[in-house]
Amino acid sequence: MRQTVTCTVNGKTLTLDVDVRASLLEMLRAEGLTGTKQGCGVGECGACTVLVDDMPVDSCLYLSVWADGRAVRTVEGELRPDGGLSPVQQAYVDAGAVQCGFCTPGLIMSSTAFVERHAGKRVSREDIRRGHAGNLCRCTGYGAIVDAVERCLKTKPE
Amino acid sequence: MAIGVTQQRLDAVAKVTGRARYTDDLGMPGMRHAAYVRSPRAHALVRSIDTAEALALPGVEAVFTAADVPRRRFATAGHPYSLDPAGADVADRRLLTDHARYHGDEVAIVVARDLLTARKAARLVRVEYEELPVLADAEAALAEGAPLIHAWRGPSNLIGEHAFEAGGSMAEALERADVTVEAFLTTSVQQHCHMEPFTAYAYMEDDAHIVIVSSTQIPHICRRIAAQALGLDWACIRVIKPYVGGGFGAKQDVVLEPMVAFLTWKLGGAPVSLELSREECMACTRTRHGFRMHGKAAARKDGTLTGVSLDVLSNTGGYASHGHSIAAAGGGKLAALYPRAVFSYHARTAYTNYPVAGALRGYGAPQVAHAVECLVEDAARALGMDSVEFRLRNVARPGEVNPYTKKVLDTAGIVECLEKGRDMFRWSERRAACLRTGDLRRGVGVACFSYGSSTYPASVEHAGARMILNQDGSVTMMAGATEIGQGADTAFAQMAAETLGLDFSCFRVVSTQDTDVTPFDTGAYASRQCYVASNAIRRCAEQLRGRILAAAGRMLGQPAESLALRGREVVRAAEREAASPRALLSLRDLALESYYNKEEGGQITAEVAHKTRANAPCFGCTFTEIEVDVPLCRMRVVDLLNVHDSGRIISPGMAVGQVQGGVAMGIGWALYEELLVDDRSGRILNNNLLDYKVPTPPDVPDIGAAFVETHEPSGGYGNKALGEPPIVSPAPALRNALLDATGVAVDELPLSPKTLYRHFAAAGLL
Repeated sequence: MRQTVTCTVNGKTLTLDVDVRASLLEMLRAEGLTGTKQGCGVGECGACTVLVDDMPVDSCLYLSVWADGRAVRTVEGELRPDGGLSPVQQAYVDAGAVQCGFCTPGLIMSSTAFVERHAGKRVSREDIRRGHAGNLCRCTGYGAIVDAVERCLKTKPE
Repeated sequence: MAIGVTQQRLDAVAKVTGRARYTDDLGMPGMRHAAYVRSPRAHALVRSIDTAEALALPGVEAVFTAADVPRRRFATAGHPYSLDPAGADVADRRLLTDHARYHGDEVAIVVARDLLTARKAARLVRVEYEELPVLADAEAALAEGAPLIHAWRGPSNLIGEHAFEAGGSMAEALERADVTVEAFLTTSVQQHCHMEPFTAYAYMEDDAHIVIVSSTQIPHICRRIAAQALGLDWACIRVIKPYVGGGFGAKQDVVLEPMVAFLTWKLGGAPVSLELSREECMACTRTRHGFRMHGKAAARKDGTLTGVSLDVLSNTGGYASHGHSIAAAGGGKLAALYPRAVFSYHARTAYTNYPVAGALRGYGAPQVAHAVECLVEDAARALGMDSVEFRLRNVARPGEVNPYTKKVLDTAGIVECLEKGRDMFRWSERRAACLRTGDLRRGVGVACFSYGSSTYPASVEHAGARMILNQDGSVTMMAGATEIGQGADTAFAQMAAETLGLDFSCFRVVSTQDTDVTPFDTGAYASRQCYVASNAIRRCAEQLRGRILAAAGRMLGQPAESLALRGREVVRAAEREAASPRALLSLRDLALESYYNKEEGGQITAEVAHKTRANAPCFGCTFTEIEVDVPLCRMRVVDLLNVHDSGRIISPGMAVGQVQGGVAMGIGWALYEELLVDDRSGRILNNNLLDYKVPTPPDVPDIGAAFVETHEPSGGYGNKALGEPPIVSPAPALRNALLDATGVAVDELPLSPKTLYRHFAAAGLL
């Protein structure tokens, strides 16, 4: 069975005919947005994290039809209008928070939501760790990722 | 200076924007998808297979069973080819089997137009099994009369056995000693849990050549093994490695590539993809060998360690994979640590019906170091000597001879590592402050290790590098060595920049390896790449510099020896180090002239194949403080510091990243990671990331990383290995801290509540 879904993806309105069984992850990747990765397909690793109405979700567990009428953000849409990196993307680069990079798109989206929610608030490294508990990374040991988020929160928004 | 400074990773922007393309991001029109039919029994013979129902499902294109695949057996371990047949890996696999040897073994495969249909059809393949006795325990597998898992190999489940006694006689070491300690130790089965699952696809471009795109650490080895499995000439296979989402040793095995090559071959060259689910990755690819060890350490009252002996039994599961190499390498890598003591090592590796074990970060060394450093700790305590002091008296010093390899240790910074760690960690102060009574106790622990920087002389060490001066004056570099996330490409560019004298920004490294194009290198394993490739890159950069300066000399009418490179310019050699030397010629103008002058010049390139005939030991140690909740049988890492002698550090930022990641993996292995197997049925109980516990952000404390920089003469830039070493010493340091806090020596991993409960109860703590 197929159904029509209308949603915005990275600010652009899309109307798509999707298999009702398809996950949001499958829909996005079929649209060429392959930045979002599948690490487990069952909501355990967080590699497929995207933002739906600014809330992080595991897109592998989120049906594409549920996105109807909603705003989806993926790692590809985070670049600034001038093509530069977003503050979170730049902080990941600067802090050395990227190794194999497979968990990175999902983590960038979790961090983006975290930074938007905590802008102007005091947060501890422990808060940052708990706020990223749904994202696994096997390369970094998380230290540099926490550093990156800390840097974002310490930097005043432009 | 390009070495010793942190450069931005060459692939960082590609990875934070989602533009980095991994195997599954490439795809092809008309891609078919394959799914395995896996045995639900750990040991069974296939009596019959009925594929009719699966084939009848719309969208299914083919089903293959053991009857359809080549009869030949092949070895999957990602080792270089061995000219000596005695050094060849154990060839015990066929593409599909009619004798299931572990829970999940591959008995058939379905190809369909989409993955959902393939997996559905796989469930429709009816297989009748005849159950065989399940051997879970390595000791039982080696017992007289045990059923044979690979009967064709001979009358035993033993894959390999070896022994050595280095630095004297253990019997004499025991005789000379004032104290002797003894322990029985076990380590658990760890899974790599690289975030990118195993995936590969293949297609044909003509009637003879198969192209495989794969998430692999070892493209050139993969080419050979896929060809061997199918009985083809090696050049008939072309392997392409795009970005890889982590491997940690799992992808140093040829797991999917021969099968996708077989499938495209059978399907007239159509593209066929095989991507494993996370559950398949966890249980049906490779794991870290569980070791069972019995050891002794002997020491004199004056603090001299006289000897350590270790008897190892390694469980490799249903297939050999890296076979006995893991247990052999584990012992060999540790032999440099205490060179004045006897090191007596005996190891056996056995087949069982466990999941298949292979290479995993550390390659046997974490298990062996765990035993050695638990024994050394127990000896220090038996002598009543401080744990750091005892190690300081016995660890390697530069100029000593490694008793096992008989090679002189040109660099050995372990004394400085221990001293630096002791100061940075405030060891004595913290040790004195620990509360060791009551419900909530604290303890401190330390452990050391030695490791190798290559696999020589067990295997050949070959690295290839190619550099091309582009038309715009930038330099493109190709290395045979593979980027799998560790930062190899960036380190290589730093090395080239250092030798050429050019800006780091001049370099582009081709991250994709393609065996039809890229120079030969055996790949990412054994923490070898920076060490082995450094000499190839250095020589290649020297060649390119010589050719660029020769061209510059010709253009400027000056002797090449009087010229040098700096930034993006040709300058006078005498002014090379000056604050602002005068630019004589830009590299861009030089390149244009060289490419397009109608009478002379040409594209300036260099290429080097280098064999390294050295293997410098690297060293390091872990200091940790833990808190133990005795009634809850739970321990928490309060603080942890790793100090490494990895020679000269190429990129301090990336080096810290390697240490923090390796330590986090080590904490997981020490405290809770454990692939659980039911010993009666051989069934794997936790093949997913919820029931198998991988450290999450709140589980890992801020990890300290520090370095003692020695200058290793055999490394191209004074460098030694760093990739795997960080995982080697955290586990014994944590066990030793637990011993410090509670007085209980828990000699089994993981140190999880279920383990601690038994030990605390037995010790009367509960």
